[in-house]
Amino acid sequence: MASAPAAVPVRPLERRMPPVTEIGAASMVAIAAGVIYMASYLPKRAPLGVAIALLAVAAGLQVVNWVLLSRIRPFAWNRFFQVAGWTLLAYAVIAGMIEYAFLFDHTRGAQLALLTAMLALFMLNVPVLVAFTVARYQAVDQ
Amino acid sequence: MTAAAEAGTAGRVEGERPRFQVIPVRGLPFVALALIGVVVAIARDERWGLVFCHVVGGGLWTAIDLFVGFVVGPIVGRLSIPARVEFSIRFMPKMALIIPTVVTMTLAAGFQLARQDGFLDTSHPNHAWVVASMCVVGVMAVIALAYLEPANIAVLFELRKPEPDGEVIARLMRRFMYTAGITGAMQIATLIIMTRLVS
Repeated sequence: MASAPAAVPVRPLERRMPPVTEIGAASMVAIAAGVIYMASYLPKRAPLGVAIALLAVAAGLQVVNWVLLSRIRPFAWNRFFQVAGWTLLAYAVIAGMIEYAFLFDHTRGAQLALLTAMLALFMLNVPVLVAFTVARYQAVDQ
Repeated sequence: MTAAAEAGTAGRVEGERPRFQVIPVRGLPFVALALIGVVVAIARDERWGLVFCHVVGGGLWTAIDLFVGFVVGPIVGRLSIPARVEFSIRFMPKMALIIPTVVTMTLAAGFQLARQDGFLDTSHPNHAWVVASMCVVGVMAVIALAYLEPANIAVLFELRKPEPDGEVIARLMRRFMYTAGITGAMQIATLIIMTRLVS
């Protein structure tokens, strides 16, 4: 019976990776545009159509990113989740402070819901970008 | 000579490297103190506290970005790989703490000041300047969060390996320095907008 081939470590720089950073950056552009658009109207209410469209674009891009990430084989998932977890904690604090400022300024209703959703996407996006950049340079067995 | 060639054909960084933390835990109490200060300033809605957080945070953020982008960056780019590694081990962990803290201080306090001064009101003559500053910050945030900060953290993880890959470090450092230069240039726009707002 033939034995299984030995695992060969792959040099990270020689691997092709999906454009996770670029898609994450595009999602960040949509989030930033949405937050600026709505914040520029505060304390008045901004028309919501544009903001909802930007939110949908940002969310869609992040879903694409997660799908692309989940298909990378092999990948340093342990390192990815370690870095993503700590980054998520740090950005939860930052997003929490921004949310606090919105609440302090009496932002309410649909406007608050949209801004909160954008903040949540921001909070989830940054850990993916940081963790992907770290994990892609970790050696893995092919 | 390229950085990769300097690092050798195998791309390995040789020599002893000091142990270090990716995020210096001893600095976290100072970060917490700064963030609590911002929350207190917002909660009390006190003018001096908000101005303090905005001016101190903004001054540091702008100065550090300009200094790193236009002074430190080009110098580091000309150093040998071992010297770059030595510098990065001491420099990058501090940046990973300082920059997010001063950015949060500046933006949170600045938004409240804009609200207090009525700049957020669409009919205010300075409203367009505030929106312009938000756009500049938005561009800087995308560059910093998608490219600069991940490169900063990734280079630190690479340096913690028993045999770091010099080519990976060179590539990540190049990305860090270019993006620091771009955000540094954008800070000039911030300086113009902010001085225009208070004139």
